[in-house]
Amino acid sequence: MPVRKLDVREVTAAVKAMCITANYDLPADVYDALVKAKEAEESPVGREVLGQLVENADIAAADRVPICQDTGFAVIFADVGQDVHLVGGSFDAAVNEGVRQGYGDGYLRKSVAEEPAHARRNTRDNTPAILHTGIVPGDKVRLTLMAKGGGAENMSSLNMLKPSEGWAGMVDAVVDTVSRAGSNPCPPVIIGVGIGGTIDMVTLLAKKALLRDIGSTHPDARLAGMEAELLEKINALGIGPQGLGGSTTALAVFIEEMPCHIASMPVAVNVQCHAQRHKTVEL
Amino acid sequence: MAARKITTPLTDVVVRDLKAGDAVQITGVIYQARDAAHKKLVALIEAGEELPFELEGAVVYYMGPSPAKPGNVIGSAGPTTSGRMDAYAPLLMKHGLKGMVGKGLRTQEVKDAMREHTAVYFAATGGAGALLAKCIVGNEVIAWPELGAEAVARLEVNSFPAIVVNDCHGGDLYEEGRKQYAKIV
Repeated sequence: MPVRKLDVREVTAAVKAMCITANYDLPADVYDALVKAKEAEESPVGREVLGQLVENADIAAADRVPICQDTGFAVIFADVGQDVHLVGGSFDAAVNEGVRQGYGDGYLRKSVAEEPAHARRNTRDNTPAILHTGIVPGDKVRLTLMAKGGGAENMSSLNMLKPSEGWAGMVDAVVDTVSRAGSNPCPPVIIGVGIGGTIDMVTLLAKKALLRDIGSTHPDARLAGMEAELLEKINALGIGPQGLGGSTTALAVFIEEMPCHIASMPVAVNVQCHAQRHKTVEL
Repeated sequence: MAARKITTPLTDVVVRDLKAGDAVQITGVIYQARDAAHKKLVALIEAGEELPFELEGAVVYYMGPSPAKPGNVIGSAGPTTSGRMDAYAPLLMKHGLKGMVGKGLRTQEVKDAMREHTAVYFAATGGAGALLAKCIVGNEVIAWPELGAEAVARLEVNSFPAIVVNDCHGGDLYEEGRKQYAKIV
């Protein structure tokens, strides 16, 4: 197969555009889930809050302003086809330049602090991006951007369980994470659960799980059943929209799993606020 | 929900009358301050120096906006997680702070300080920054502009919607609301 040349300037332009549109336009699946939740919510205060969130998404899209002032850390997944030859400069630098331009020209908040161990200086352009690059078959580059807010990310957890704790232990770890988070992560939340791997991989699985569309079903029927069970248990907590009490604490639970060490049972829970902002492009 | 209209600065009489679960609309001046600004405010108090705004009766809004587009008063402007300001809030209440607007859980120490100093904690809807920005009609950075989104700003708000979470009598909507809707499965 011939090698396809791709100028990294195209990567910069794509990342820039994704930063802006992800922050202005709530994905349709999330929007629809909020509308449905408003119908089903038991608490009058909860219905009022969900109504505000739908109206907020409408205003953001119409006025071309961010859905939330926390326009997030730019987390980017790049699947680079092995038949692509990237030319014109460094791929990593091109991605970061896209973030710099998108957060600048899009009037997005710069929320990245450097030297967190001491200075906590704002980098003023929202870089560096968190870049996960993988090599895949083909001659395309697929880029996915998540604008990950800090409030919900702070409520996430890593749980190194014993294999003997089994599914019951996993359920406890997930439900307990959401329970302790309470009103902090801006419920209704979306919960990404990673199971298996090592500590680095399990958290990555949990984050990737958040990219699934609300309403989609896991292809593995056992995991689909587990997702439904977790969602029911989380919504029984009563936390509700914004933690003010109600029946809608989570809009969805998504699980991703992979093999793990015979001694391990890693479970990561990545908490996502209702403003689940993400975009994907293929170059 | 019928919202009660309140104006700032807040008095003890108004604060005592607010109960967990009350919907309010706030009109008047509130002060934007989050993590870095709180650290500096507390340092000024401890050094016995003057603050950039009058704390007596004041309401602070835990918020760091996105940049304003040309022609707009402010960018998106929803609440940030209040718990990060828990370490600083009791001292500010001791020096006259009457109201806090944010989202998320407070520590017992902060709730105790609210009872002791007659103060109130409101939740605004997190993630509704585009909607809430519509209620902000004036915006002037008054301290530490170098902090960017973390600077202190004097915000003029008009019918800003919020809900009383913690009142000065020990009421806690986060606890009560959750108990009311919790189910056994």
